[in-house]
Amino acid sequence: MAPEEIRNVIIDILTDIAPDEDLTSLKDEIDFREQLELDSMDFLDIVMELRKRYSVNVPEEDYPQLASMASTVTYLTPKMVDCVAS
Amino acid sequence: MYDTIIIGAGMSGLAAGIRLAHYDQKVCILERHYTIGGLNSFYRMNGRDYDVGLHAVTNFTAKGARKGPLARILRQLRFKWDDFALAPQKGSRIAFPNTELRFDNDIDLLRSEIKQTFPSQVDNFEALLEKISDYDDLDQAAFELSGRKVLEETISDPLLIEMILCPLMWYGNAAEHDMAWGQFCIMFRSIFIEGFARPFKGVRLILKNLVKRFRGLGGELKLRSGVKTIHVDGDQAVCVELDTGEQIQGKRILSSAGNLETLRLCSDTSEPDPRSAGQLTFIESISILDRQPESIGNSDTIVFYNDSDKFHWERPTDGLCDTRTGVICSPNNYEYSDEDGNLTDGVVRITTIADFDRWNALSPEDYQREKLRWYDRSVAESIKYTPDFRAFVIDTDLFTPTTISRFTWHDNGAVYGAPAKVLDGTTHLKNVFLCGTDQGFVGIIGAMMSGISMANLHCLRP
Repeated sequence: MAPEEIRNVIIDILTDIAPDEDLTSLKDEIDFREQLELDSMDFLDIVMELRKRYSVNVPEEDYPQLASMASTVTYLTPKMVDCVAS
Repeated sequence: MYDTIIIGAGMSGLAAGIRLAHYDQKVCILERHYTIGGLNSFYRMNGRDYDVGLHAVTNFTAKGARKGPLARILRQLRFKWDDFALAPQKGSRIAFPNTELRFDNDIDLLRSEIKQTFPSQVDNFEALLEKISDYDDLDQAAFELSGRKVLEETISDPLLIEMILCPLMWYGNAAEHDMAWGQFCIMFRSIFIEGFARPFKGVRLILKNLVKRFRGLGGELKLRSGVKTIHVDGDQAVCVELDTGEQIQGKRILSSAGNLETLRLCSDTSEPDPRSAGQLTFIESISILDRQPESIGNSDTIVFYNDSDKFHWERPTDGLCDTRTGVICSPNNYEYSDEDGNLTDGVVRITTIADFDRWNALSPEDYQREKLRWYDRSVAESIKYTPDFRAFVIDTDLFTPTTISRFTWHDNGAVYGAPAKVLDGTTHLKNVFLCGTDQGFVGIIGAMMSGISMANLHCLRP
């Protein structure tokens, strides 16, 4: 999966978690916590959705890598290279 | 074999079920009653819809808010704000003899009321707000401090302390007289800082959305399926046995039956000490009016009243009920959308403290007679604090502690469960966990939060 596709995957997950949010103006460099006020329960949900949808495992020590869209895509690119977009 | 068996199809069990089914667990919710909802259920009588528990959904935050328990449960359960369609309150009151405080969903109204009525307490009230904002939710030691003690250290006018405690105890205190500091903070935020709201269609809208989602995710819901025994082998549960004798196997059990009630189901435990059960239960009368309450001068959403300067939060010492304190709720007095208009009937609900044992001991004939008698007495007391509506009543109902016990299965029909809360939801068995009232969160949003957090903590860890 290419970085742009991974970005779409994350947008899909965020749309699912926060259906009332307008994500078209999401800024990739700014932390999700700051822009969307996601809390630790929400971050855990992103991790669990990745496991559910793509069998990608994110170990707890790597959670800080999911802080912003940019860091998430960078972190997931090597892990999701063999995943197929659904 | 289920991944998780959930006992109880109330708000906490349904919310937990949605979380688990969403993450592909095989889940079964077992409900003893013939309907869902537990304390927050609903029924139909004489062609009218009634709610059982709901006066107000607390923890209200407006659409678009990202913080607070409501926003959090919506994200966790993948609902849109509009799915719960909450209309905010018009305004409420705390009414004591000669003194009242109005409040609504903006803390500034309460602030200005305190400034006017208790001018010497303005700074102390700000100090209290500071302490509440510093309180950490999951700290069991801080949770168990005496709420009254912290209040006495912060506020120097005893009447203001009693008036602040009155709505908070009424909407979520399982213990008599005093309130745990943690419970106080949770209730203060949910009522005074966040606030009250109600779906136009009542609690059934929320419940129907929860059940539809749960079933849509493949969850199974079995009504009329009371659990008789949780069979235990060593340090874990192996299966549950229903009243019918049917055995159902699960890897783990999440129970909203209550702490003592769950322990009593376990085959390895002796009868728990009944003195640790909750004692506070209510009667509630529902009066249907032929007009809107507002047309007779009642525009309050909720009124919390008390007949003296000292607030009485205790089981009645004699008699079936204690009407010195009570709550008046008018579900018409919410800001419903223009599209919805208002409820067809006027409704006034009066809640007052009752004694489970005395109600439970009545013969069927006495029970019916006492219901009529206490309807009259509780309404007569309430009209000291709200315009007299008795001439406009076209239908009535009254539910009692035994009704509450039938819906919730809690010992003594204790509305807020046992005084001792188990914040981490653990039991003596490594695969049996608690959610719901006895885990510590109350109210509709709180109960859902309890189910979600216990499901996340104990049932979804890889």
